Amino acid sequence: MPRDKGRGQQLLALFCLGVVLLSYPMLAIFNHSLLEAGIPLLVIYLFGVWAALIGATAWLIER
Amino acid sequence: MLPGSTIVLVSLFYVGVLFAIAYWGDQRADRGRSLLKNPWIYALSLGVYCTAWTYYGSVGRAAATGLGFLPVYLGPTLMAILWGFVLRKMVRISKINRITTIADFVASRYGKSTLLGALVTVIAVVGVAPYISLQLDAVSTSFTLLQDGLGTPNQGLADFPDTALLISLAMAAFAVLFGTRHLDVTEHHEGLVAAIAFESIVKLAAFLAAGIFISFVVFGGPNQIFTLALQSPDTARLLTFNENTLQYTDWFWLTVLSMLAILFLPRQFQMAVLENTDERHIARASWLFPLYLLVINLFVLPIALGGILTFGVPGAPSVEPDMYVLALTMAAQQPALALLVFVGGISAATSMVIVETVALSTMVSNDLVMPLLLRTRLLRPDESRDYSGLLLLIRRVAIVAILLLGYLYVRSTGATASLVSVGLISFAAVAQFAPAVFGGIYWKGGTRLGALGGLLAGFLVWGYTLSLPSLGAIGGVSQGFVADGPWGIGFLRPNSLFGVTGLDPVTHSLLWSLLANVMAYIGISLAVQPSVLEHGQATRFVDVFHYSPAGDSLLFWRGTASVSALRSLLERFLGERRTQESLALYARRRGLDLEVMKEADAELVQYCESLLAGVMGTASAHVAVASVVQEERLNMDEVLRLLEETSQVLAYSRQLEQRTSQLEQKSLALEAATAELRTANQRLQELDRLKDDFISTVTHELRTPLTSIRAFAEILYDNPDLESDRRTAFLEIVLKESERLTRLINQVLALAKLESGAVEWQLGALTIEPLVEEAITATAGLHGEKQVLVTKELSPDLPPVWADHDQVMQVLVNLLSNARKFCAAQGGRVVVHGRLEGSSLLVTVSDNGPGISRADQEIIFDKFRQAAHSTGSRPQGTGLGLPISAEIIAHLGGQLWVESQPGQGATFAFTLPLAEVDTATV
Repeated sequence: MPRDKGRGQQLLALFCLGVVLLSYPMLAIFNHSLLEAGIPLLVIYLFGVWAALIGATAWLIER
Repeated sequence: MLPGSTIVLVSLFYVGVLFAIAYWGDQRADRGRSLLKNPWIYALSLGVYCTAWTYYGSVGRAAATGLGFLPVYLGPTLMAILWGFVLRKMVRISKINRITTIADFVASRYGKSTLLGALVTVIAVVGVAPYISLQLDAVSTSFTLLQDGLGTPNQGLADFPDTALLISLAMAAFAVLFGTRHLDVTEHHEGLVAAIAFESIVKLAAFLAAGIFISFVVFGGPNQIFTLALQSPDTARLLTFNENTLQYTDWFWLTVLSMLAILFLPRQFQMAVLENTDERHIARASWLFPLYLLVINLFVLPIALGGILTFGVPGAPSVEPDMYVLALTMAAQQPALALLVFVGGISAATSMVIVETVALSTMVSNDLVMPLLLRTRLLRPDESRDYSGLLLLIRRVAIVAILLLGYLYVRSTGATASLVSVGLISFAAVAQFAPAVFGGIYWKGGTRLGALGGLLAGFLVWGYTLSLPSLGAIGGVSQGFVADGPWGIGFLRPNSLFGVTGLDPVTHSLLWSLLANVMAYIGISLAVQPSVLEHGQATRFVDVFHYSPAGDSLLFWRGTASVSALRSLLERFLGERRTQESLALYARRRGLDLEVMKEADAELVQYCESLLAGVMGTASAHVAVASVVQEERLNMDEVLRLLEETSQVLAYSRQLEQRTSQLEQKSLALEAATAELRTANQRLQELDRLKDDFISTVTHELRTPLTSIRAFAEILYDNPDLESDRRTAFLEIVLKESERLTRLINQVLALAKLESGAVEWQLGALTIEPLVEEAITATAGLHGEKQVLVTKELSPDLPPVWADHDQVMQVLVNLLSNARKFCAAQGGRVVVHGRLEGSSLLVTVSDNGPGISRADQEIIFDKFRQAAHSTGSRPQGTGLGLPISAEIIAHLGGQLWVESQPGQGATFAFTLPLAEVDTATV
């Protein structure tokens, strides 16, 4: 368990948020054949959420 | 495209570099400069997750399902967020119990069961063999493609000995050399890990180079590729979820599957758990490793779409989608880049194969062969022979055998399936460990039979629904079996069991197998009683963080064992030297003399077992130790009592700890309150005394002028016919005395206000020079009859001070008027001096008067006390000016003091804090 209880709970919450963001129906919102700046909307969303999850984990752990 | 000899030469050179790095890593470790003490190396070594599947297969997967390649990397990202809980616990448990493989982990948890260890080993070997074959397949396919160039149909593995075999043998050599260096598996494979970390960098760099080249140079940017892709329905459907390519259910279950795989794949367990040197590295890796996955996946979709756009729709392809990365660089006529891509592919494949075979070979030797030899008494621990060489031999043979198994799988299936679909079969197999492991570390109720039942059920369902259909004809399975079910019973069709259709085969298999697994595990666990040992191990695993990191606080053992028997047992498996060292270390730690000691106690037996466990696995070690000791079987009641005692002691000590800390807090609070009360009380008494003193002094001081006023007023009243000049003189005295009285009352009020804190301070940045001038002017008329020369000597550009204008003015006026008052009657001189002193401003007011004696210096700051005048007469003034000034300066954060030698004048000095310093600290 991470050192302090608060951080552990925050990581757990982040995990749940990640699961929700990367599943149906959240995915359906962005499921369109559209390009934004030449990149498909769904690709932007998935990689964006992915990067944000990594960033948030790093922030929670390293601060 | 490239001559085969060139490719082979480059590959051999790369493998040579790997050997060199591994050798260097081992050398460094031997000199005590381990590379593994670094979280970055740890995170990179976890990159062994990315195999030829990621390197070649992801593109193939993307060409068929669009974004369907992603869940395999999103799952680990999500799981990594929880590593601080799950992985850290697994690492701690493994260190304490000297776990050597995941099979060992499961076996150890459920009462050191050899049967369970063997079952996990079988599942792992059978399940992972296709995954190893996938790597060999990818390397040999890429080799053929690079050699023959585009447009040549893939002949498969016709010639013998083919490249796949040669590759397998090279990898086996590496794994044998660096993976079986130590007998004790819990010792870290420094060189191996260093090489794997290096390979992680190589494959990332090579794949990124290819991705950037293909996306930007060949197609002019990923946006160009996507725009082109959107124009054709064949490629446009790859950009979204839809019925033809990718469905939400499959997406979700693939994510779950890879979440489990990242923990339970034997090679991940090896790298993440066994090669972990510091639990803190896990935290850093839990974002670094997902970041690695993200970066390596950036160009997968552009490459896949680019491949389709270049080589045509998959289905009737001239090039396998799995090979798009390589084929696209070749199509662009870039032999050097193609060679780099090929080397990257080798690095991805070799890293996986090496670590996986090392992990599997340890399992086979520790959890399959050793227990078998011990159980069947083929190997007798009580015989005096050295078995340490045998152990290493078993492992080395196992490595070669596992690789050959992978090779056979490639040759027999003929590389018909895509890389990812083969890999997913392995993922689903290792996912079967999830209930037993998760249940094992979080639920004490899980039992050996439950785990056995769960694993067996899950494994069988997996084999039936996923492995069997994939084997196809070579498994002796007819087409009709898969299409119509066994004996034509459609209800039992492997890919739609019980009539469940519409699911991807992997999702379908995972659902049914995990369901069977979990139900059997929980159901049987609840139905049967655990044995004594299971109970003990359950507690050791689940409550691992409650005990000291050294572990061993729970001992469920009673019996007799002779020290010499244990010693010779250790010697047979560890060798004489290591046995000697380990026992000496232990004896020193506990302060025992093992030479004299005859009977071993429970702790020593436990220690010997754990030493052996590091070499042969916990289950085998248990069997081996049992062969030389006479164990008294504890019955369940005794264990329960032991457990209860331990937990009671634990609970009691925790309560005590809590109680103590509560008490400490309370007593601290009490002490603080008492101290506060005491000071408050003292202050009250002080104030009381001060008030009394003050009142008596004030009344006395007030009475003096009042008395004279009253006396003169009475004279004037009684003698109305007094001469006018005397009358004027008397009235003048009355006036002067009432002025004095007014001044006195004003100052008393000012002091009272200061002391009670009722003054409203208006603090701000002040420049001292105009203040001094103002004060000099204000005091000029006070003693006008006296000829006094007042000069100021202020350093130029004095910084502003942080103070209240009126109050500082008051202080300056007080000091100046005092100085004027006391300076020499003839040629009186007063000097105001100002300069910077450290972080404050120092102002002095000096006179050339009679000076102040040392005794007087101590009292002049008391209220109503004045220095005795040299002339003996009472000086004018109230005796409150200096106390008030001192009070003001102290409040402003400065100091007021006097320096004087009798006969040489007096110097009053005070300091004030500078404005910027004060604001900075405020």
